[in-house]
Amino acid sequence: MFCLLYFLTILVLELLIFYLSLQYAWDASEEYLFKAMVAFAMRRYSNKETTQISNVLLCNMTERVSFWFVVTDSAKNVTTVPGSEVEAAIRMNRNRINSAFLLTDNTLQFLKISSTLSPPIESSVPVWLIVFSVVLCLVVAGILFLVVSGIRQRKKESAETGDLEDKCDTPVTTENGIPCDILDLKAGQINGVYAADDERFTPL
Amino acid sequence: MENPRPLWDNPLQFVFACISYAVGLGNVWRFPYLCQMYGGGGFLIPYLIMLIVEGMPLLYLELAVGQHMRQGSIGAWKIISPYLSGVGIASVVVSFFLSMYYNVINAWAFWYLFHSFQDPLPWASCPLNSNHTDYDEECAKTSSTQYFWYRKTLNISPSIEEYGSIQWEQAVCLILAWLVVYLCILRGTESTGKVVYVTASLPYFVLIIYLIRGLTLHGAVNGLIYMFTPKIEQLANPKTWINAATQIFFSLGLGFGSLIAFASYNEPNNNCERHAMIVSLINSSTSIFASIVTFSIYGFKATFNYENCLSKVILLLTNVFDLEEGALTADNLDSMKDYLTSTYPNQYAELLPQIKNCSLEAELDTAVQGTGLAFIVYSEAIKNMEVSQLYSVLYFVMLLMLGIGSMLGNTAAILTPLTDSKFLSTHLPKEVISGIVCFINCIVGLVFTMEAGNYWFDIFNDYAATLSLLLIVLVETIAVCYVYGLKRFEKDLLLMLGHKPNWYWKIMWAFVSPVLIISLVIFYLTDYIRTGTLQYQAWDATQGQLVTKDYPSYALAVIGLLVAASTMCIPLGALIIFIMKRLKRNVSTLE
Repeated sequence: MFCLLYFLTILVLELLIFYLSLQYAWDASEEYLFKAMVAFAMRRYSNKETTQISNVLLCNMTERVSFWFVVTDSAKNVTTVPGSEVEAAIRMNRNRINSAFLLTDNTLQFLKISSTLSPPIESSVPVWLIVFSVVLCLVVAGILFLVVSGIRQRKKESAETGDLEDKCDTPVTTENGIPCDILDLKAGQINGVYAADDERFTPL
Repeated sequence: MENPRPLWDNPLQFVFACISYAVGLGNVWRFPYLCQMYGGGGFLIPYLIMLIVEGMPLLYLELAVGQHMRQGSIGAWKIISPYLSGVGIASVVVSFFLSMYYNVINAWAFWYLFHSFQDPLPWASCPLNSNHTDYDEECAKTSSTQYFWYRKTLNISPSIEEYGSIQWEQAVCLILAWLVVYLCILRGTESTGKVVYVTASLPYFVLIIYLIRGLTLHGAVNGLIYMFTPKIEQLANPKTWINAATQIFFSLGLGFGSLIAFASYNEPNNNCERHAMIVSLINSSTSIFASIVTFSIYGFKATFNYENCLSKVILLLTNVFDLEEGALTADNLDSMKDYLTSTYPNQYAELLPQIKNCSLEAELDTAVQGTGLAFIVYSEAIKNMEVSQLYSVLYFVMLLMLGIGSMLGNTAAILTPLTDSKFLSTHLPKEVISGIVCFINCIVGLVFTMEAGNYWFDIFNDYAATLSLLLIVLVETIAVCYVYGLKRFEKDLLLMLGHKPNWYWKIMWAFVSPVLIISLVIFYLTDYIRTGTLQYQAWDATQGQLVTKDYPSYALAVIGLLVAASTMCIPLGALIIFIMKRLKRNVSTLE
């Protein structure tokens, strides 16, 4: 009877279940738990210990597991509690209700209560800056090391060649434009021009 | 007393350097797209034919020229004929343009890499709007990965005219990218030779890991079957063959002068013929390998989105019609839809606009290439994997290695002629020359970090190197075969390698490759002329998608300048040398 008369002030509850994540079957005991949770929420919100489980009424239960529910106020001549109060109470204790049913904001939907989305956790210093600074320091250190060692090497070379220039005329001997120290003089160089083409030489 | 030319420590360093240069981002983000668009598995036929007909001969030619002349591109072409020094200069100019914009990709890879160390990944979900009631408006219209790319990374402006301000985050990533490149090229072949061991091999490790992970993903097989099913009728489409030829051409990095530079550090008797074949084969097989990975990722992403779409439809129907949980499944969805249409026609008709037709083919058909593939599609697939941080880090490290490997080749193409020139090398040590080149490139590259920077990036990407390279390589081939003389070139190869090139190479160099390149040039020109005004894709934040817009006139002027700057070097160089020789002759006859 209340459902028909007071449908404007009630909230619709829908249980949405993704791929049978509901780990239990919905039966009368679950309904009892739901009534208890709503009563608990009302008690916490109003800080009065007056709401009883019998004050919460469920109706129009469907197979989807969706239903309407109403909270009555036994103190004030059996009238219903305004929807806004129920809304506020549930919003305050949403977490507790969700965890009682092992569901989340996505899977347990109160159709008139939009959930505020939780913002992502942001650390004070962006993580990427930290990694960036580490890599930057490594790279700059590497560059400085190479540059400094290059300068030192060049100073050593110019100091050495300063002494050697008096002693040697041609410190690097070249053969046909190819420096000797690269050629493997022991093994010898196979000159393909002579090896490949035997017909160059006039036959006897 | 002259310093001997620096050399690679062993031939393996040279091969790795060439592989590291040739195997770049194009293998990962362009080849899979072409494969998908032009016939799936059937695309491999024109691709392999073009590899043998065009890729290998031209690569061999460039390596042989570099190895024999033992100079960078400017010096090498000067030796072949003094009138051709313009070709070398054109190569350097194109390499300069390329290095200006290419390192921006490395900057983006760094950005994504640094952001991969968070849980959850920042592109996994949309940020909330200011009063935390819903997701951010722009993000809600598009996907979280696209939002992260267009808004958080690029902070792109709605059109190229509104250039906005420099994004400091991108700017510092760009500076870091250039510092890394400088670190690698600082000592010339000494440092580059060691770095290429890493940049050449690491991408393969990551690709293998991704291959194993990709093939075991749910729905990967859908992608592989769809993409590789050959559509033989595409072979009759001339665009297929043209795209195969251009892909081989640009993938090997011919004409930039990098290959000549690398080969000039070789020992004179290095077997560049064998190395040319090895490098081109490895390059092409890496493309095919990368496309297997990409298609399995596509398949996973498409299946994931398809199943998401289905479950949303199921949820909607279940809620509206108050059905029991589990009554609607993916299998009986169609029959249940018919049943619901007949039992509740009015309600169903009201609901119809909200019910999307989920189609796996539609998801698989979204062909993406370029930065969209690398940064949007892959990151979308990665966010749905388990341990997504690890895969994300691996993937972006791989992109970095590919990008830096190619940058090493580009900078070598610029620096080798500069360090070869006696004027510069006597006055400045090579560290300073490298530093100046990196610095100039970095400053110019800051343009690409502005809000409209990505549009300028696309201009450079599409126009700076395409036509110019074709012309440069055409002139190169004709120069070697006809100006220098094929017989003379044969003798040089005999001197270096110990055997003459066989008839196959000679026919390819003298006839087939020039004809092929000329037809590619004609195709490009007719394409430019036919499309009339050039257009670009601009990101519209209000709609959450790309829209096509026309380039303003100054952008068209820049495009024209880019193409002209490099191609005009060739005739200008010849003209200047001709005039100088004339003047010298006049002076000498007067005396």
